[in-house]
Amino acid sequence: MIEGLKAGLALIGVVAVSLLTIAMLITFERPPIDSTQIGYDGVGMVDHVNPRLEEEVQARNEPPFSLGAVPPGGRPAGEAYENVQVLADLSEDQFNHLMVGITNWVSPEEGCAYCHNLENLASDELYTKVVSRRMIQMTMTINSEYSDHVGQTGVNCYTCHRGNNVPEYLWVEEDGPKAMAGVSASRQDQNVPTRIAGYSTMPYTALETLLTEPGANIRVATQSALPFVREAGAAPPPDIKDTEVTYSLMMNMSQGLGVNCTYCHNSRNWSSWEQSTPMRVTAWHGIQMAQDINANYLIPLQPVLPENRLGPAGDAPKANCETCHQGLALPMNGAPMLEDHPELGESYK
Amino acid sequence: MAEYQNIFTRVQVHGNPDMGVPLPPRGIWPRGDKTGLSYLAGKIGDAQIGPFYLGFLGFTSLIAGGIAIVIMGLNMWASVGWDPVEFVRLLPWLALEPPKAEYGLSIPPLAEGGWWLMAGFFLTLSILLWWMRMYSRARALGMGTHVAWAFASAIWLYLVLGLIRPVLMGSWAEAVPFGIFPHLDWTAAFSIRYGNLFYNPFHMLSIVFLYGSTLLFAMHGATILAVSRFGGDREIEQIVDRGTASERAALFWRWTMGFNATMESIHRWAWWFAVLTPLTGGIGILLTGTVVDNWYLWGVKHGIAPAYPAVFDAPIVDPAPMNGG
Repeated sequence: MIEGLKAGLALIGVVAVSLLTIAMLITFERPPIDSTQIGYDGVGMVDHVNPRLEEEVQARNEPPFSLGAVPPGGRPAGEAYENVQVLADLSEDQFNHLMVGITNWVSPEEGCAYCHNLENLASDELYTKVVSRRMIQMTMTINSEYSDHVGQTGVNCYTCHRGNNVPEYLWVEEDGPKAMAGVSASRQDQNVPTRIAGYSTMPYTALETLLTEPGANIRVATQSALPFVREAGAAPPPDIKDTEVTYSLMMNMSQGLGVNCTYCHNSRNWSSWEQSTPMRVTAWHGIQMAQDINANYLIPLQPVLPENRLGPAGDAPKANCETCHQGLALPMNGAPMLEDHPELGESYK
Repeated sequence: MAEYQNIFTRVQVHGNPDMGVPLPPRGIWPRGDKTGLSYLAGKIGDAQIGPFYLGFLGFTSLIAGGIAIVIMGLNMWASVGWDPVEFVRLLPWLALEPPKAEYGLSIPPLAEGGWWLMAGFFLTLSILLWWMRMYSRARALGMGTHVAWAFASAIWLYLVLGLIRPVLMGSWAEAVPFGIFPHLDWTAAFSIRYGNLFYNPFHMLSIVFLYGSTLLFAMHGATILAVSRFGGDREIEQIVDRGTASERAALFWRWTMGFNATMESIHRWAWWFAVLTPLTGGIGILLTGTVVDNWYLWGVKHGIAPAYPAVFDAPIVDPAPMNGG
């Protein structure tokens, strides 16, 4: 028994040291880290960037080739073509200019035939054309109603698509390895590593909970020093599990934007606006935008999409910050997306 | 004696096994008589392993602890569909979660937190039985019960986190999940929900005693190793019969910082620092959510959280029209 104990202890030691070494090598980020102070002295408001990893992120964030803008004027597209439901007020030239743009942004290899029946361009028989029309409306909504988030830079299809039929960074409901049902304890939608939750043990349903419904409550810290008695029937205060949902969303945002927490927040008091950076206000509008486009544009497309475009749970792909940002605080470092394509902006909505 | 100054013990003296002092036979559990020698254990401590004493309290504690671990382990395994590879690969992430808030303090169905409640019951039982074992074994040897009371301080923090505070808050959902990463993420979320635990004065005290403990341990260990060439490692004798080792060590600290502990009092320093770490920490947790809801705002109210000058041109204001969002 004593000999066995000795051998067992030695074995446990060797195994633990090897596992910890492997874990360190594959998970830790190798230096250097460039740190930039962004807050007042001593408050720890610092942006951290790893130049080695940043290079790779920059490389996949090149702005698209642009053909330049087309001046308005001429025959309206609605008269020139049949079945133009959204872009009817564009001139024929603008309309064609946009169609060429969309082809470059979304289906550079498949060309027009990705959405259109080449025998009858007006036909809605391909689902991709129906989806495109809705996505054009979504883009117009983003450019006109969410200028607090996208500014004058605006967005076009390339902001998310980057030359792919389907944007690379969409999300679908994720539920990790299959759990047993019945009497065994529920995982409570957390406690397995998922990309959505930044590989933490926070809930992987955070995006479903907080980014699919306008007005979903993200705020968990109370704004009074002492607990107070709530009116009878009032909603209970957020608890620690609610906090984990919010935390999970924040990890997801941080991952999508390639920034650390203090890019927006002062970590001494996460909820305080007066101690935050102006970027937090922009991010807040972004959250409103994501809730809106998920609820009103992307989720309703579920019946239109073929099965291979849906998630394992049968849900439509949805957007989060990473869908556009792709690892940068400013998508493609703020390259103007609307400038050469004003037809996607407010005036033509 | 210079060998003692090495970080590892360089000389291992192997003699007949030390079976301890003779005691009057009591109870049905005989003292074990099996011992062995471990070279590796001898590098860092006593090379002799055993004799063991299990006893009623040790036996029941291990059984209860075993039940708790099995409940946690099987539920974690079931949470990855009984896949053994996933169980090992994802073990640090897996957890047994407490019930959701809607169950309050009631007993929920097994799958909804009932297993958590049961595991918590057996774990608590196991820990309390182990405490009684520490106490009764010390008494059996005629020792003081300092170890048991130091352990009780840790148990206090454990009970505050998993039992006392959740009961005061009226919900098991306030308690900690069982799991490696999950309990750490819980700690982060706990601090965020209650407005930053760093502004909790009892958390501050707990950190002082925690870091203080490591500092004291380093100072004491270094001092004794440094004077072991003068027999300073015979600390207990030097308490009552001060020798040159003790005198040199004391003078060293008076020279360098003006004050020295004594061969006896240094151990009281160490004991109190260690005991006060979870004791003050437990008070801090107990007050969180029960009497203080946001520690940062509490700190502002009491003048311990200074404001810093703004660095951005325009003031940042909440963009939400109402609460929410």
